[in-house]
Amino acid sequence: MADIPHKVASRPLSPFLTIFHWPITMATSIVHRMTGVALVGGTIVVAWWLIATATGPDAFDFFNRMVATPIGQIILFGFVWSLAYHLVNGIRHLSWDFGYGFEVPTANRTGILVFVLSLILAGGAFALAWLGQGGYYQ
Amino acid sequence: MSSQTPLHRVQGLGAAHSGVGHFWRQRVSAVVLVPLSIWFAVSALGLVGAREPAVLIFLSNPLNAVLMGTFMLVSIYHMALGLQEVITDYIHHEGVKLLLRTLNYAFAFAVALACVFALLRIAIG
Repeated sequence: MADIPHKVASRPLSPFLTIFHWPITMATSIVHRMTGVALVGGTIVVAWWLIATATGPDAFDFFNRMVATPIGQIILFGFVWSLAYHLVNGIRHLSWDFGYGFEVPTANRTGILVFVLSLILAGGAFALAWLGQGGYYQ
Repeated sequence: MSSQTPLHRVQGLGAAHSGVGHFWRQRVSAVVLVPLSIWFAVSALGLVGAREPAVLIFLSNPLNAVLMGTFMLVSIYHMALGLQEVITDYIHHEGVKLLLRTLNYAFAFAVALACVFALLRIAIG
């Protein structure tokens, strides 16, 4: 009886996520769901922004001060990148729904494109804001 | 070969008990969100560093108010559908699943109502 654990351990185990090589398509799919869940937080931030604006100058300034902190900026970048990724990869999903781009080499190439494009969009938006190129609606 | 009964087959609801309804609603809301998200991103960048009066003027504009309201409501609808899918995938206990799905929709309704209230107060206020 004592050697049963040893026998169990030496049997081939069913492979799990940690065992598989990560294909690009698997990574893009998992990140799509992760960014989707992260956008719940982003939705709360935008709702907070709207409520703060409706409430008055104090609530609005408090929101702005929170967003301006280093942690606030990190959260905001996470939100902006999640939105960019979910949007770009969402378009990729919609094209799959119409039957386009399903071939493995194409799906791999568009997968890399989604990561690159989403980082360019989010990074670009932050660069414009930090360089003072935002705020054109005031 | 199908193990479904003839009644089940004509109902077309399958194992999810809701057919393709969830899938279809998620895709339609996704298509609507593509232009709305781009509008939101351009607007948000345009309001970076703005003081409160500038934001009030922007959101008091009827077109901006309607677009912002539509963006938030469709986003929250898409969010509730997506979270429901996540809950269905990872939670296997029926009672917990029911509780979380109820909380998911209650949360979505609360956030949607808060956004509509805020936008109306800004526009009519």
